[in-house]
Amino acid sequence: MAILEVKHVDFRYGSGPWILKDISFSAEEGERVAILGPSGYGKSTLAKVIAGYLQPQGGEVLWEGKPLPPSGFCPIQLIYQHPEKALNPRWKMKDSLEEAGVPSQEVLTEMGIQEKWYERWPNELSGGELQRFCVARVLKPETRLLICDEMTTMLDAINQAHIWNFVLSYAEKHNMTLLAITHNQYLADQVATRVLRIPELNHIQVDRSEL
Amino acid sequence: MADIKYDKTGNCGSFGLNRRREILLIILSGVVFLSGVCLWGLLMDPSLYAPDYEARRLAPSLSHLFGTDSLGRDMFYRTVCGLSTSIQIGLLSALISSVIALVLGSMSAVFGGRVDTAVGFMVDLCMGVPHLILLILISIAVGGGAAGVITGVAVTHWPNLTRVIRAEVLQIRSAQYVQIARKLGKSNWHIAAKHIVPHVFPQYLVGLILLFPHAILHEAAITFLGYGLPLDTPAVGVILAESMKHLAAGMWWLAFFPGLALLFMTQLFDIVGDYLKILIDPHSARQ
Amino acid sequence: MEKEILLDVQHLSVGFESYNAKVEKVFFNAISDLNLTVHKGEIVAIVGSSGSGKSLLAHAVMNILPDNARTGGTMFYKGELLTPERMNRLRGHEIAFIPQSVAFLDPLMQVGEQVVGTLGEKARTLQQKAFEHFGLKQSVAKLYPFQLSGGMARRVLLSTSYVAETEMIIADEPTPGLDLKIAIEALKDFRIQADQGKGVILITHDIDLALHVADKIAIFYDGRVVETADTQTFRGDGQGLKHPYSRALFHALPQNGFNLQRCPKCGATCATWNVDEKGMRCGCGNS
Repeated sequence: MAILEVKHVDFRYGSGPWILKDISFSAEEGERVAILGPSGYGKSTLAKVIAGYLQPQGGEVLWEGKPLPPSGFCPIQLIYQHPEKALNPRWKMKDSLEEAGVPSQEVLTEMGIQEKWYERWPNELSGGELQRFCVARVLKPETRLLICDEMTTMLDAINQAHIWNFVLSYAEKHNMTLLAITHNQYLADQVATRVLRIPELNHIQVDRSEL
Repeated sequence: MADIKYDKTGNCGSFGLNRRREILLIILSGVVFLSGVCLWGLLMDPSLYAPDYEARRLAPSLSHLFGTDSLGRDMFYRTVCGLSTSIQIGLLSALISSVIALVLGSMSAVFGGRVDTAVGFMVDLCMGVPHLILLILISIAVGGGAAGVITGVAVTHWPNLTRVIRAEVLQIRSAQYVQIARKLGKSNWHIAAKHIVPHVFPQYLVGLILLFPHAILHEAAITFLGYGLPLDTPAVGVILAESMKHLAAGMWWLAFFPGLALLFMTQLFDIVGDYLKILIDPHSARQ
Repeated sequence: MEKEILLDVQHLSVGFESYNAKVEKVFFNAISDLNLTVHKGEIVAIVGSSGSGKSLLAHAVMNILPDNARTGGTMFYKGELLTPERMNRLRGHEIAFIPQSVAFLDPLMQVGEQVVGTLGEKARTLQQKAFEHFGLKQSVAKLYPFQLSGGMARRVLLSTSYVAETEMIIADEPTPGLDLKIAIEALKDFRIQADQGKGVILITHDIDLALHVADKIAIFYDGRVVETADTQTFRGDGQGLKHPYSRALFHALPQNGFNLQRCPKCGATCATWNVDEKGMRCGCGNS
């Protein structure tokens, strides 16, 4: 049985144009799915709907056959494109990293997170270093599905490969399901066992001149 | 050869006054001065500004800096005492007002929907009516005196700060790191205490300090008009109202010095608030 | 025959003053000892991760750094020293800048007017052509920046370089948020303009994009250009690349194997290694 089921999901902000229309797909436990497509097709919105940040107006997202729990540590975690927005600028790195408990030593070592960064502020580290913290923060046994929304788009290729290589091996080892959202065909082929194309998934009319 | 100047003006680690320290120093001296005036007036021996019929209607001199009035009261000590009263009343009413703003602003942002609409309506209502009229009405309704003034000022000065706090809370609640914290299973209490309050508090503090001058000026205004503090209190409003009767007799100093002192003090509050804003605003942090 | 040098940046450094927790002025370097040469008819892509200071290079050349920035080094444009005064004259005429963010547009001016700028009526027909070219309706010219979507704003920014009779274009992340077709169109334009003898600096985090259009790739890391390589050397097996960091970057690309070197001693991937002029090595002491 599929662990994640997205069934006929529709979404729009307020009474604006539909951003997601009749999106359906599912993922098996431990599967690595990529959603591939150019900007303007609602990839990020879809990520937020699946992770429970946004409620769809139509259809439903089922996790193990049930809706997501409204509180507590969410089994679906989302990594954003911009790590600097995902960290409180008034918090030291250590506090952000350990907001949901101390990550395992394996994660910290393999991610290449140095202890001398703990006492620093987010604006003192590079994007690649910040993103390592954001990923390490959610790599826990409780996280069963990790959604990576253009996780490494803003980073250089070395940091991209570094973070992805570890996420892939971690997912393998802990049977964590992965959903990679990207515009990069090569990356999708590298990280996923199955690639879905968002223009075929999302049944919206895109007005290209308004993008 | 270098066509672009490369002057390392940073006085790193020295005790020299850089821009930031200058600002800190200005704020600190402002606060020290204002609290000094407040304490001086509080602890002052009333005999210093008691009537002295030997020394009536004296122009300003070294022994009476601000001159004396028709009862022979020393205007300098009376003014200091009046300013002190103003600061105390301003402090109390601004504090109450800011707490109202904090509660309403946060409620508006957190609950949204009808609560937001209701608070928005109250803000518009309060801002739509001329301040002074509302103030006088409330002050009279409460029964006048110090309690009336404080209630009046407190109840009319919250709308601006309410809007600021509502906007700040809304902004931080939608910040990605707050939404992530929620998905990490953090309670509302944790999010409020660790994310929201540290973000909103500095804005609140600046708003509070910038409320003082308004509160003080409005206190003086309604006292001057006779709806505020009783005539026997040494208040700037009372002093100015009394002086009106004697201005025609050429006793210009009765209004001039107390008025100037009031202006100076409200300006000082404004300066402290504005500089504090610069200090905590991240965009100006580098200048 | 060697092409004529258009812009030559030598030993550029950019630093910022800021304040630490002890209110001391501190200085940090964002760019140090950066060298870059752009020839006529050439697109040079500067590739590095976002937030690494690439944009500052563009801002330094255009002389639009914030007040607290300090710069050093020398720049030559067409063989003559490029002073800040000369830059101010050239900006928007001979040298066009396509900024990263809509924030660079004047919020109170219709975007059509901004594209035309001070260039007069002749530019207006060019502006209309540019809008048509980038798939913008002519009615967009009457809109204000806040009414534009991200992609529309970016196309307006692209139009500015289309209108001016520039000799050189500096484009800072011109494509994110653009529809793929328009992005390719915009890149083709850079190619056409370069083929007319102009020089183009393309600043981007997207190495695939750079490989697609640029003649040379400048690998930017930690405030320096590690290596400037012909785009050709990024094809095939990447053996033509000189610096170990560039080679590591090449092999880390998803289309080139997604591989990272690991330290033989501690096993850390090269993403954590230290990089300097000569090479890169792991911080654990093993070379």
